[in-house]
This record gives sequence, structure tokens and C-alpha cells, in this order.
Amino acid sequence: MSAGEPPINSSEIRRLTPVLGPGHTFGSVTDKISSIVLTRPTSVGWYVGFLITFSFTALLTIAMGWLFTKGVGIWGINIPVGWGFAIVNFVWWIGIGHAGTLISAILFLLNQKWRTSINRFAEAMTLFAVACAGIFPLIHTGRPWMSFYMFPYPSTMGIWPQFRSPLIWDVFAVSTYGTVSLIFWFVGLIPDLATLRDRALTKPKQIIYGMLALGWRGSVRHWHRYQSAYLLLAGLATPLVLSVHTVVSFDFAVAIVPGWHTTIFPPYFVAGAIYSGFAMVLSIAIPLRKAYGLEDFITMRHLDNMAKVMLATGLIVAYGYFFEFFMSIYSGNKFDLYLVEQRIHGPYSHFYYALILCNILTPQLLWFYKIRHNVLILFLMSLVINTGMWLERFVIVVISLTRDFTPSAWGRYQPTFWDWATFTGTIGFFVMLLFLFVRVLPAISIAEMRELVAETAEAD
Amino acid sequence: MDEQLQSEHDDDRPGIDVHLKDLSSIDRPLDLATVRAKLRSKTGKQYWRTLEELAGDPSFEELLQREFPRQAPSEWDESVDRRDFLKLMGASLALAGLSGCGRVPEQYLVPYVKQPDGMVLSEPLFFATAMTFGADAIGLLVESHEGRPTKIEGNPDHPSSLGASNIFAQASILNLYDPDRAQTVTKAGEIQTWSQFIDAAQAMAAALRSTRGDGLRILTGIISSPLVAAQLEAVLTLYPLAKWHQWEPAVGDGPREGGKLAFGRYVNTVCRPEKAEVILSLDSDFLASGPGNVRYMREFYRRRKLNQSADRAGNEMNRLYVVEPTPSVTGSSADHRLPLRYSEIEPFARALAAKLGLGGSGKLSPATEKWLDGVVKDLKKYPGRTLVVAGEQQPAEVHALVHAINAALGNVGTTLYYTDPVEAHPVNHLESLGELCTDIDAGKVSTLLIVGVNPVYTAPHDFDFASKLRFDEKLKTKKIETVIHISQHFDETSQYCDWHVAESHYLEAWGDARAFDGTVTVVQPLIAPLYRTHSVHEVLAAFTDKPGLSAYDGLRARLKAENPATDFEAWWRKTLNDGVVAGTALPPASVSLQFNPASLPPLKPSSSDELEFLFRPDPSVYDGRFANNGWLQELPKPVTKLTWDNAALVSPKTAEKLNLSYTIPSRGGEHGQVLSDVIDIALSGSKVTAAAWILPGQAEGVVVLPLGYGRKNAGYTGTNKGFDAYVVRSSKTLWASPAPISVIRKTGDSYPLACTQYHFNMEGRHILVTANLDEYRKNPNFVNDRAEPPREDDTLYNGRAEFPYERNKWAMSIDLNSCNGCNACVVACQAENNIAVVGKDQVMRGREMHWIRVDRYYTNTESSTSGKSTGDPSQYQPALENPEAFFQPVPCQQCENAPCEQVCPVGATVHSAEGLNDMVYQRCIGTRYCSNNCPYKVRRFNFLRFQDWETPQFKLMRNPEVTVRSRGVMEKCNYCVQRIDKARIAADKKNQPVADGAILTACQQACPSEAIIFGNANDPNSRVAKLRAQLRNYSILPELNTRPRTTYLAAVRNPNPELENA
Repeated sequence: MSAGEPPINSSEIRRLTPVLGPGHTFGSVTDKISSIVLTRPTSVGWYVGFLITFSFTALLTIAMGWLFTKGVGIWGINIPVGWGFAIVNFVWWIGIGHAGTLISAILFLLNQKWRTSINRFAEAMTLFAVACAGIFPLIHTGRPWMSFYMFPYPSTMGIWPQFRSPLIWDVFAVSTYGTVSLIFWFVGLIPDLATLRDRALTKPKQIIYGMLALGWRGSVRHWHRYQSAYLLLAGLATPLVLSVHTVVSFDFAVAIVPGWHTTIFPPYFVAGAIYSGFAMVLSIAIPLRKAYGLEDFITMRHLDNMAKVMLATGLIVAYGYFFEFFMSIYSGNKFDLYLVEQRIHGPYSHFYYALILCNILTPQLLWFYKIRHNVLILFLMSLVINTGMWLERFVIVVISLTRDFTPSAWGRYQPTFWDWATFTGTIGFFVMLLFLFVRVLPAISIAEMRELVAETAEAD
Repeated sequence: MDEQLQSEHDDDRPGIDVHLKDLSSIDRPLDLATVRAKLRSKTGKQYWRTLEELAGDPSFEELLQREFPRQAPSEWDESVDRRDFLKLMGASLALAGLSGCGRVPEQYLVPYVKQPDGMVLSEPLFFATAMTFGADAIGLLVESHEGRPTKIEGNPDHPSSLGASNIFAQASILNLYDPDRAQTVTKAGEIQTWSQFIDAAQAMAAALRSTRGDGLRILTGIISSPLVAAQLEAVLTLYPLAKWHQWEPAVGDGPREGGKLAFGRYVNTVCRPEKAEVILSLDSDFLASGPGNVRYMREFYRRRKLNQSADRAGNEMNRLYVVEPTPSVTGSSADHRLPLRYSEIEPFARALAAKLGLGGSGKLSPATEKWLDGVVKDLKKYPGRTLVVAGEQQPAEVHALVHAINAALGNVGTTLYYTDPVEAHPVNHLESLGELCTDIDAGKVSTLLIVGVNPVYTAPHDFDFASKLRFDEKLKTKKIETVIHISQHFDETSQYCDWHVAESHYLEAWGDARAFDGTVTVVQPLIAPLYRTHSVHEVLAAFTDKPGLSAYDGLRARLKAENPATDFEAWWRKTLNDGVVAGTALPPASVSLQFNPASLPPLKPSSSDELEFLFRPDPSVYDGRFANNGWLQELPKPVTKLTWDNAALVSPKTAEKLNLSYTIPSRGGEHGQVLSDVIDIALSGSKVTAAAWILPGQAEGVVVLPLGYGRKNAGYTGTNKGFDAYVVRSSKTLWASPAPISVIRKTGDSYPLACTQYHFNMEGRHILVTANLDEYRKNPNFVNDRAEPPREDDTLYNGRAEFPYERNKWAMSIDLNSCNGCNACVVACQAENNIAVVGKDQVMRGREMHWIRVDRYYTNTESSTSGKSTGDPSQYQPALENPEAFFQPVPCQQCENAPCEQVCPVGATVHSAEGLNDMVYQRCIGTRYCSNNCPYKVRRFNFLRFQDWETPQFKLMRNPEVTVRSRGVMEKCNYCVQRIDKARIAADKKNQPVADGAILTACQQACPSEAIIFGNANDPNSRVAKLRAQLRNYSILPELNTRPRTTYLAAVRNPNPELENA
């Protein structure tokens, strides 16, 4: 612990970095948050940002169009590397989504009040990340128009999916996750949608927000039902945080490929997912609070807490790397040993070193109070960690496949233009959805913030 | 008149679906003289539908009257105006199907009205025929589906096949359906009719007859067909002053002239490798090229089968010594291989002769001398049971020495015998072509008929053959008045010729052929010509007084003359059925050696500082004739594993001197793309730029330039692939060209080569297991001693979950002792299973589609003095100078615990009750998870739409019993499940078990060395069950507990203990 950092949980630190800026009332909170959607003029910056991200979305559409026209051969995949960017990106995006659910569900159950101002956009991020992730399993198949074979529908031929395959578990895990996340997010939005309905100045907005608010009037009965539903959904979402990436890790752990076939994958993947998810929340929160002047709602306390979560999960991930390495050596399995050698000396070793640098070494800076409180460094670090987690998936998926059991079939992988177009396209799509989100929905939960105002007032 | 003649087509050829019986009547002679007379007698405009009508053939008149409306003939008067003419034209088109539109293939929309005898629709028929190749022909059985030949197999009754085949025979079916073939007669590029050609030929013949053929020259390759030879003789008799020249670019004059040197006359050598205990090959790739190679391979490997017991009896192996400058298929399976430069082979042969007491001497290095001593000792141990063979590219002296050596070892009459030449007219090809060129320059040639060869591409560059044909800008004239070319493609030579006749494929025309031992086979067509093509016989006939004589009639007349006493029709049918003309093998000829090795002039000492550039036929495209064959282009060459290109093969030490190297780009990597240094080679006054390839095992200072690539006019597939080695091949240095190292210059560029297996090291894994015969005898279970299979009780299920496989349990056994990587299985599989050709770009991305691949590993590299081998040939290690090479065919392993099946999300790859790992293409959605999880990486994925669905020719070619896969679907070997099902259904109908040997997989059927055996492992008497019971039996990577049905028999080499310890 570095000098200058106050002791944890002291009243001093709470005072220094509160979860809500001083001097806010119910009205000011509501005004501030709803104004972004209802009254503030759309800035030029928003238009520029939207246009850029929209063009990347267009690129994604073109890439997918070309893919459907020609086939997955437009990508860099081959024999032996049957999975490339598509699966790397899938795992990465799914992982990113995890932080949103963790913040909104687990921290809610643990009664962590600081989650309030970040949970809304974190959940939105989850949904958008799952949307991006969901694209890949569908389009990466050779015959995407036949992908419905993976669903257990009542086929006239009486054929079912092959339930031993982890890809089928994926279908259920990801679709459940997507559905629960959507419902959870929407339920949380209802009181705010009613606020927007009430404050909307134009007829169309009143109608749309009114319909979405499902007749919310803010009665005690409504609040009672709302609280129970929210709690139940939080309980339902909590195991999903752990299960989804566990199942995704089975895609690899169940296979016999050296570098995939390891029991450490489920916890290591979940930790990695939360790690990258928090990095992504930071990557979004920092520009958001800056652009819309939300420093009072997303305070340094939030950033500090998220940095600590990143540090903790980063250490778990480092532990995973170490034990993956150790078990290969300890087991004496020649294929695993060779893979370790390949990671260190092979043609892709620079990816491995970059991964260690991004995911293990860089986050050690987060031990320092000053770094956790330097917004710019935090922002850059969140980008580094996201890159690192992407590299981790690349190392696992691609490098393991390049050199497996039969040396005569060893090969390499190089992404093509269309791999990059699809990848950057989903990033563009993701950010574009966020741009739309902050313009049409309250990025911070108004209702929960008002609760916080009340609680803060009581505490004071 | 001529224009009208042109618009009306003369060929009344039926469509491609013609019943086979009609084949004999395709070439109905047409009385041209009558036609011409009629034409001359007419005045004004005349319209006729066929030449027969014009000729006033009474039977045709009758046909006309019967089939045409009554009023039609009355309209055929001379006062037709334009309007009526058009009306009539329309009417005739509608009524009779004018033969003018005969170019459009006829399509039958109804099934057979009368089912042809012996044909059951959906059941293929097999016909015996043969494919000529140099001075050899391989007997074939060709599968025909409703008149379409689809697959070629060897003919078990034919001496050069014995049921097996090679890559060229297998791939020749693709040549038949090659859409780039020349399709008609052309004159200066303009389409002509066959009758126009006959007219022109007859006009030329008339002129030539007056000069007794002065100025007529014919250039052919090796002619081994007695029919064509007789036709050529007839032409030469008709024109006594005409001359016949021959040029075969990839077969040396050495074997021919060596016989003459040794015996005073041309002879043909027939070997019996089966009878030899010790074989010494002096740069001879007798197991993979040259006459009789398929037969030799079978005989050779019969002596390398080992049985269950490890004791001496029944477990003897022959021993093969190979001395060669560059690794060949034969050299790769040698027990002892000595890399020597080309120029060192003759001293080696002389030294060997000297050591056998034949006189003469040869200077050898001490190490080589010691090696030779060991060989000589071994050879002397088995008098009359050894065999020494010399390579086709070796000079006459080496061949003469080998004849003397074999005689001294008592081998003549036991392991080899001599016959009269198989070639119809043996000559020295280089002299023959040289003479032709001189005569052309001297203005002595007025008419040149080039038959089947491509001299503009293949002739030595100093002959500059194109200049002989080309219009001379200075003299404003051409050196030869008329040049006629007959070939299957409109190639480099055709573009300089006046007339070009499209040649029929051997599956389209009648003919005959002689095998390496002289056996004659009737080449019977399986299909009417797809295009307006004609056989060599017909072209030659056009120059005789019988221009319409068909090959069929000519052939039958000739055979009838040779077999006067018998019932000819019965004999003819039997001969066609058997695929061999009984009793035509050439008898052993008695020869007397008139050669004394001591009389050879002393050799010029060669400088070891110099490089030696060798010219060799390419293992895949041969001399370039198969350049447009996609199967052969994409076939990884046996030793280099390169596809779609040739490369200048450089020995590792020389590469180190020249600082040549590779980079492996990430796209494709070791399994796909290698960026190789580009070098300029300046040889004999010419220059060529080529990609370099470092070849382990190549003699130091040797650079091999494979022929057959860099073609400029080969067709869509073959044009501009690789580099053209003919450009630097001169007549003085036809096979070897010594030159200082400075002739090679690195350009600094790199060139992408498509190599399917770059990494050669097994990394200590249990993949290809080898031992010496002595080690095997000491420990017959050496294979399983080295393996780490999981224990039987390593299961959660207590073995209760085992599926019993009660009826059939299909399994394959591959004897690594018998595999030399010849690739016949790969092409056979491609032909049988409709496997797509993907092209160089896709191979470089690691996406080739072969269901069976042949892996090549070098084994003694790991124990090299430099410590750990990298598996990367561009990093020099001393062990790479002469590594021991092994080949391993890898089809689907058909695991009982298949890792692929467990991970498929949709159940598209499932286990059958007979233990096959089936692919359900319709169900596959293409996640590629199965391929990732396959430890053997035998699965192939249609990353794009690799199949050509449009080209109509390929639609005809495909096997109707195998699904043509589309994009996005995984595929892999299924043990030819269509053949299994067919045999099982046939057996079920009889309520019998499937007999052993009733099912031959395509790879097994093609394999010349009988390395692949397939059958029912449940039947203890089946061959495969017996092989699986051998102690040498093992599976790849047994520790994974996948329990493959494809198992291997470990390779056992039989080195000479004396040389081993030396």
C-alpha cells in the first residue's frame, strides 16, 4: 500500500470519495440525468462519434454480406486452425458482458451502494456485448442458414442436437444469458421510463416512453412488486455470471487439443471475463462522465472500486496462467510441454509476451492509490487490459491449434482483411449502440440515484 | 461452293451417350471422290443437308423420302428466292435437325428405349483398355456409368499393372474431361472440318507422291503401338524419301545406346525384382518411373512383407542400395542410400565393374570406396539373385557397364532378361531431332507432321525449334511450307503450325499398345469423342491412299492377319474382355556381350567445386504433358511436398554456401506457404529465374531443375506455373550441366511456394515407428514397447459401454514397410470421391482437400550431432545431408473413440454399427469443431465453394455414387463407404457374409506395393485381421486412446550390418 492512501473503509475515505457528489437533491438528480435524453441539444461530438461508429457498423454489414456470398474461406482460418478471429471475438465479447451482470446482480445482492450509478450502462454494455458476441457463433459456421440445427426444435426427421457437444451448451448458456440480461435491464428501466414519459416535451416521446413504461405510476404497490421482481431477477442472473463463461470455457476444456484440455479453464475464464468486463466499464464510464459532466454521480470512489476489482481478478488470471504453465510441466505430458515451449519460443511468442505484459504486469500498477485516482491512466490501462484479454483468447484458440498432435499437419494462422473488418465492425456496432443508448435512455438509474440521495441525506 | 461446304457439317457423329456398340461404326468412310465429282457437275446454288445426300447415296435418298414431308423434295429447285430460302431453312431446321448444328451436344431426354445388353442402369460397367506411356503401357479397367468413364483401375490380368496403377493412369481421366482440350481441326487458328483436312492432306499427298516424299518429315515421341508403327511404316513405304524423327524429352538415350554399346544392338531390359535378394540402383527410380514401374514396385515390395513370427524363416527381406544425386521415391525406401553427384555415378559403376573383375577402373573417394566394398561383398553373396539397374538419365556407358555387371553377377535370365525393343523404331532421339533441325535449316523440309509431341516447348534451347516453324521476318518466308500438328491441346507448338488436328484421348479412340515386356493390349474406347477429335491413326491415314480408314478397321485387319486360324470374332471379344492379346509378350532374346569396361576412354575428372545442374522429369507433371491436370498439379510431390510449382532443388550444403533460406509466413505456415529465395540461373548461354528449394538428402553441389513447368500455352490450369527448365537445357547438357557456383545469383526476391508439409520432424511422438531387421528379430514387439497406450481399465464405464460390432468391423492396415510415397492412393481417392481441386492460393492457406495424405518424415535427424533438430530444412544440420526418409499415408483413422464425434453440435459425424466414422453432409453446418479436435488432422473443410458446378465436362466425370460436396461442409475419408455398401448389399442379397477382398478401397486398389489392406477385422481369416494381429501393428498416438481402426505396420529396414557398423 502506497503512501498517501487513506486506510480502507475509514470514514475519511468515504468523505474524500463519496458515491454521490455533495449538494444533490431528488430534483437535481432527475434533472441532470433526464436532461441528457430530453432537453440537452445533441452535440456535434455525438454526431461525429455516431457517424464513425455507424460506418464501422456498415463495414460489419458488408463483411457479413461478403461472408454469406463467398463462405468462411474469406477469413484466415484453415486446417489445422479451424477457429480464428470469430471464436476469439466471441469469447472476448461474452467475457466483457460479464461485468454488467456482476455489477447489477451480485453487487446488488451484496448491497454495494456504489454500484447504483454505474449499473445501468454496465447492463446496457452487457446486452450490447452479448449482441456482438452472439453474431459470431451464427456467422462462423460454414452454412449459417442451417444454424438452426443447433436448436432442439421438433424436426420432422426426429433429429435432435448432439447434446454431448459443448457448442450446444453454449447455445443454451448464451441465449439464457442474453434473455435474462435483457429482462433484468428492462425491469430496472421501468421507473425511469415513467419519469421520462412524464417529463417528455413532445407527443411522440410521450407515447413511446409511455408504452415502454408499462403504465408505471409509482404507487407503493408498484414499488413493492418492482422490488421483488428486481431482487428475483438479480438472484436469477447471479449464477449466470459464473455459468456462462464456464460453459464457454468448456468449448475448449472438453476438447482434447493441447492447450485447451485443462480443468483450470472454468474459474480462469470467469475471472478473466470479469477482469475484461470491468476494464470495459471503465473504458465507457470515464469518457461518459467527462462528456456529460457526470463526475458527481460516477465519482472517484467508483473508479477506485472498479480498479480494485480489476486488480483482484487480474491476480486470479495471473494465477491461472501460472498454473496452466505449471501443470504442463508437472504432468510431463509431452504435448502440453511442447505447447508451453511453443508459447515461449514459437512463431507466436510475441503474442504471449504481449499478453503477459498487458494482463499481468500492467495491472500491478493498480496497487498504487495515485494510479487508481488518475483518470487518464485508468482509462489507458482499461484499454490495455481489454487488449490483453483479447490476446489471451487469441493465444488459447489459435496458438493451441497451430501445433497440436501431428507435426506433419502443423500450420499457422493469419487474419485477413475480412477478419479485421468483422472484428472492428463489431466494436463499431457496440459503440454505436452505446451512443444511441445515452441519447434515448437514462444512462444512470434515476430512481436508484434518488434512493441514494435519500440515504446520503440520512447518513449526513 | 467452299463456303457452303463449310457451313454444312460432315461428321454424322452421334452424341456422347452413344451406346458402345456404335463405337465401331463412328468412322464410316465417305467416298469423297464421288462428292467432289457431284459438286463439279452442279451449277448455280445448291443446297444439301449432308454429303451423303450430295453424293446421291441411294440409301440416303430412301431415308429422305421416308422421313421428310412429301413436298420437301419438290421445293429443292434452283429458283429459290431469299424469302423461300429462309422459309426452307426454318423448315429444315424444324424437320430434320440439320447436321449444321451438330456442335451442340445431343441431349437425350428419355432413358434408353431398349436397354443395352448387360447394362443395368446405376450399375457401372468395366472395360479393359490401356494407357501408353513412353515405351510402356499400363493395362486398365475403366469404370463406366451409362457410357461415361468415371474411374480408372489397373487390370489385374495385365503384366505391367497386376491390378495396380500409378498417378498418371489415375489422373488421365481428368485429361479426358479437360475443358481446355483442343476441340476441332484448325488451320491458322480458323476452325476447319475434318473433310477439309482430308482434302488438304490428300492434296499434299498427291504432291508428295510425285516427289517420292521428298521433304516430308514426321516427328513423334516414342511409338510403342504396333498399329501406329505399321501406319507410319506404310507412310514411309509410300514416300520412300520421307523421314521419321523421334523426340521424347524426358527419356534419355542412355538405356537405348547402352544396349547397343553392350550388345551391338538395341535391346529392352525386363527386370524381375521379386527374384532379387540384393538390388543396386545407380540413379534409377525404377520403382516410380520408367517402363514397368508399377509392376516393379509390386514385385519389389512383395519381398519386403514380414509375417507374424520374428524368426528367420519367411521373414527375409531383400536389400536395396541406391546411389543417386537427388532423392527419389526409390531412394527414399533404400536400406542404404549414398548421395553422389551425377558425374560420380559413372566412376562408381566403373569401380564396381573393376571390383567384379571386369577390368577398367573408377576413382572414388575413400568413404564411397568403403561403401562400395560392402555392396560388392553383399552382391557376391547371392550369385544370380541380385539386380543392378541404371537410371534413365544416365549415359550409355553406365548402362553398358550395368549390362556387363549383371552378366558378371549371373543375373541375366534370372532377375532380368533382354528382349527386342518394345519401341517400334528405336533411334537416338537427340540425334534424330538434331538431324531434323539441320534439315529444316538447310531447306530440305517442306511438310512436317508433328504427332503428339510439343517440340517448341521441349526441344533443347540451342535448337530453337520455334524459329524453325516461325515466319522469318528477315527472309519474309517460312522455312517449312506446311506444318501439321496433332495433339490434345493447342499448345506452344500448335500456335506455329498451319494445321492443328485435335487428338482424341485414349479413352475415345481405338488403338493398341505394347507393355514393358512386349504384351500387346487393344486400346478400346469407352466413349465417342467428346469433341471433334481424331486419332493419330486417322491423321496418318489421311496421307495414304485410304484416307477414310478407321483405326477400328485397321486394328482388326492387322490382328486378323496375325491370327488367321482362330474364330476371329470370339478371339476378338475375349481379347477385348481380357485387356491383353494373349501370347504377345516378347520372348527373351539371346544377346552376347561385346563390351569390355576396360576399353572405355578415361573419364574427364570433374571438379568438385563446380555445381551440377540436373534435368529431371517432374514427379507430378512429368515432361509437362500433364501440366493442365489439376489433380496432378495439386498433388504434393513425393519428396518435396510442393504443389503447383517446381523449384530449383538445392542440396543443404550448397544452400548454406549460397545463403539461401525460406521464411514461413503466417498465412498457411508450415502447412501451406513457404516464401523461398529466388535465384537466377545462367546456364549454357541462357538464363532462367527460379525459386530455390533446399532438399535434404541431395548430393552436395547438385541443383535439380525439374522439367515440365513454366508452360506458356498449356490451358487454364497449367499455364505459367513454376519455371521452365527447358530454357536452360541445351543439347550438349541434356541431363547434367556442370557450371561454377557463380552462375547462381540471388535476386533478393522471394517467391511463395505451396508446400503441404514443411516440418519433417516427428518431435519424438509415436507416429511413424521404424526399426532395423535385426532389432525387429531381437524384439518383435519393439513398436508397443515404445508406445504409452492407456491401460484397459482406464475407463469410467468398466468396459460395459463398449459397442460389440457384431457383424462387420471394418479396418485398414497400412504397411509402412511397403510405402514409398508414390501418391497413387492420393489421386485414386481424388478420382473416386469427387474431391475438389482448390488451386495454389488455397493450398498456400492450408486448405487442400485430399482425403488421404502421405506424410514424409526424416528419422535420423533427431539424433544428429548438433543436438535437437528443428524440423526446419532451411536450418542447416549435417544430418540433412543424407537423412533416412519414411512415408506414411494418413487417411481418416476411423477411431472407435472418435474425438470428432463428441464435439459435433448437430450429430453430423456419427459412428456406424460397423465402426465407420460417417460424415452426414446434409446435416453438417460447418462449425469445424470436429477438425480442431481431430488429433490426426485428417478432416477437410469446404472453406469456399471449391467444386466446379458449372463446367459440363466435370459433371460427366464425377462418380455418381458419391455426393459432390458444397461450401461450408466438412468432409473426410470414409473408407469408400459407397464401395462397402455396394458389396454389403450384394452379399445380403445372397444371405452371405461379405467375402474378404470383395471390397477394395480406392487407395488400396491403386496401391502398387499392396501397402494398404482393408477388410473385416471380425473375420479372423481376413487379411486385415491377420495383419492387425502382427506384433508390428500399432496405431498413431495410442496414448490418446482414440483406438483407430486404421492401424500401421511399423517400417523395418534391412541395412547391411557391415555398412551399419562402419
